Amino acid sequence: MSELFKPEPSRITTYKLLFAALIALTLVLISRPTLAQGPTPTDDEVNRIAKQMYCPVCENTPLDVCPTEACRQWRDLIRTMLAEGKSEEEIKQYFVAQYGIRVLAEPPNRLTTYLIPTIAILLGALLLLRGFQMWMKPSVTQGTAVETEARPGQDPYIARLEEELKKQK
Amino acid sequence: MIANFGYGVLVITFLITLYSVFAAVYGERRQIPALVESARRAMLLTWPMLSLTSAVLIYLLVNNHYEVEFVYQVTSRSMPMYLKITAWWGGQAGSILFWSWLMAAFASLVTLRKWDRDREFLPWVIVVACITMAFFIGMNVFFENPFAQFYQTFDGIASYTLKPADSVLFTPPDGNGLNPLLRHPGMIIHPPMLYLGFVSFVIPYAFAMAALITGRTDDRWIRLTRRWTLWAWLFLSFGLVLGGRWAYDVLGWGGYWGWDAVEVAAFNPWLIGTAFLHSVMIQEKRGMFKQWNMILIIFTYCTVIYGTFVTRSGLLSSVHSFAQSPIGPVFLGYVGLTFISSVALLIYRWDKLKSENQLTSLLSREALFLLNNLLFLAIFVICFWGMNYSWISELITGQTATMGPPYYERAVTPLFGTLLLLMGVAPLSAWGHSTLQTLGRALWKPAAGAVIITVLLYFTYTQKPGALLGFFMIAFVLLVTIYEYWRGADARQRSQSENIFTAFWNLTGRNRRRYGGYIIHISMMLMAIGILGIEIFQVETQGTLEQGQSLSVGNYELTFRDIAQWDDAPSGVNYRRAVLDVYQDGKYLGQLAPRIDYYYESQQNMTIPGQRATMKDDLYVLLVDWEPVAASGATFKVYINPLVNWLWLGSFLFLAGISIAAWPEKEAERVAVRVRTGVPQKQTSAAD
Repeated sequence: MSELFKPEPSRITTYKLLFAALIALTLVLISRPTLAQGPTPTDDEVNRIAKQMYCPVCENTPLDVCPTEACRQWRDLIRTMLAEGKSEEEIKQYFVAQYGIRVLAEPPNRLTTYLIPTIAILLGALLLLRGFQMWMKPSVTQGTAVETEARPGQDPYIARLEEELKKQK
Repeated sequence: MIANFGYGVLVITFLITLYSVFAAVYGERRQIPALVESARRAMLLTWPMLSLTSAVLIYLLVNNHYEVEFVYQVTSRSMPMYLKITAWWGGQAGSILFWSWLMAAFASLVTLRKWDRDREFLPWVIVVACITMAFFIGMNVFFENPFAQFYQTFDGIASYTLKPADSVLFTPPDGNGLNPLLRHPGMIIHPPMLYLGFVSFVIPYAFAMAALITGRTDDRWIRLTRRWTLWAWLFLSFGLVLGGRWAYDVLGWGGYWGWDAVEVAAFNPWLIGTAFLHSVMIQEKRGMFKQWNMILIIFTYCTVIYGTFVTRSGLLSSVHSFAQSPIGPVFLGYVGLTFISSVALLIYRWDKLKSENQLTSLLSREALFLLNNLLFLAIFVICFWGMNYSWISELITGQTATMGPPYYERAVTPLFGTLLLLMGVAPLSAWGHSTLQTLGRALWKPAAGAVIITVLLYFTYTQKPGALLGFFMIAFVLLVTIYEYWRGADARQRSQSENIFTAFWNLTGRNRRRYGGYIIHISMMLMAIGILGIEIFQVETQGTLEQGQSLSVGNYELTFRDIAQWDDAPSGVNYRRAVLDVYQDGKYLGQLAPRIDYYYESQQNMTIPGQRATMKDDLYVLLVDWEPVAASGATFKVYINPLVNWLWLGSFLFLAGISIAAWPEKEAERVAVRVRTGVPQKQTSAAD
């Protein structure tokens, strides 16, 4: 290399500094979410999400406590995604997209989940109400039941007990 | 040869049950008492026959006959003798045989009773019991033969019931071994208890069907089966508790109940059975809700069979999925047929099952019992839906879904809360009549006591509103029950000049059902304390520690001291065991040693927690991870489970309560069926 093209020492330092700054800026821009997240997510942060999930192989064993290697890898993936700044919902959505809704501890569509048992229970309650009306005496259905005078002696056992207690007093 | 003998006995037993059904029906229709008696004796023969079959199977299990497929699947040479015997119910085919064997024992016990006064029930009880038995034995004969053997043919090695042409018997050198999860003492007793509960519920169902068929629809069938029902409930409850303890000790979830579909399958008959237990009292006392009781016992039987079906068929895969097999459609067909025929019978007799009395007050005990029934049934609906959601979702949307704890906990908590409240109010309401005034008079003292306890807890233990509400209800029910108990004992103490302990003892002895029931209510509250503790106050954390490092959770500090790994060659297990020092508020308490046991045969890990149990809380430590190659540290998961031991304490008391309630009373059989009028009659015995 000729002397003519040899850069000046001060210029080299400037270039180096500029280059380093550029790389640093790029890194900052690329890895902004990671830095925003702070240090590596803790096990507890990972488990908080894993607890709400099940892997398709070890069905019915929550992901946070499943001892298999596959589930450990899933937990590691959750940790990586948390470190990348993904939210809980995004992480769950990722797994749902990959493996289906069975990975969630509860189906996402709560309406169908709860609607049918609710309807069944309400129907049962209605039937019971009808039963009450049917089994009540006509006079009672007219609203006299609650006002009826206390008759604790109706239960023979209670009656005997009360009698005994009265005698002692 | 011996395996073929076992299968032969099984086939003959199957034919005997069919004969028994035929003889009972034909004998009854044609009025040939000798034929009915022959049916009874045939049913009596099933138990010795199935005992012989089971003895053959145990012989094969114990003596390492790996040419038998079932023996190969569930045992191995390294297993100790007791596990080889209990492997009988450790797999599909054996557990179905075990079911039939227990069923035969119960059916035999029924046939041994005196039938003088209930001769008309006998043939139909035989029919129902033997159809159930024939179904289960048929499962073994046609689908799940525990005696099928391996044969080598030109096509390879497979298992066959009968030796194929041009084949030779194949004997593997060793077996697969029992699933390590099933080697825990709790798991050894848990299935027999559940099965005992299941089969003993068949007896009240058989009597109910007999009552429907014969048209004898008074409460005789209920009185005859009252104790069977209580024992069935005892076994089922004990089975569920043992299952919970097993999960707590072995599964490493940090909890006792994961709302696993198979757990729910066993819980369903318990829910309906509990409703039935309460509801039959109304029929006995007031002659009401006869149709309702029939519906409940039909549902109990069907949920028993359905529960067995879902655990055996592999319809729901779960931790219990060892039980998968292709017998699903047959089971489903049987459940469907029994349900439809039972309901058809019920409709046929509907008018004969009309109530003898009417409800006179919405606050009477019968009305509150009915509300109790509705709550139990509502919980059942939630559980049944949750249990089946997975396959229904797959059927409709093509996607399976998991119905986990969040669904169940959200849905059943308010219902259980209301049940709790009802448990406090119902014992103080009277049969026939109760008013707000009488109830208020009886309830205000316990309610005031419960308020005081809740306020004290607010200042000393927790400010969480949910927890305080829970503690208030628990305190209320406990105080109501204890107050009632004390009132009875106090009256007796004065009138009989007994000391308080003798008075308590005699009071319970004189009215086992009532006071056994009270003890059950108290035990339920102790269990509720445990459930509340773990559900609301559980704390958990996880961390990786190097030796000497510490992890803090609550007021505990755990220091990782040491870890070791070794092989136990004879049992084929590799152990990894860590030792941690435990401190509470800086004070040294001792050491805990969580383990991971790796079973080479099944290539399966078991996570055994290190536990320190007190009535205040359980410290529960799991060794989550440790790799000896990069042994820089080990990962631990630590739970603090407050109050959980109240659950186990409560379950012991619960068993005591049921035993007291179910214990035979001398005069039980002499209680005549009362002729009822609109007002309940006075009784000479205080038994209710």
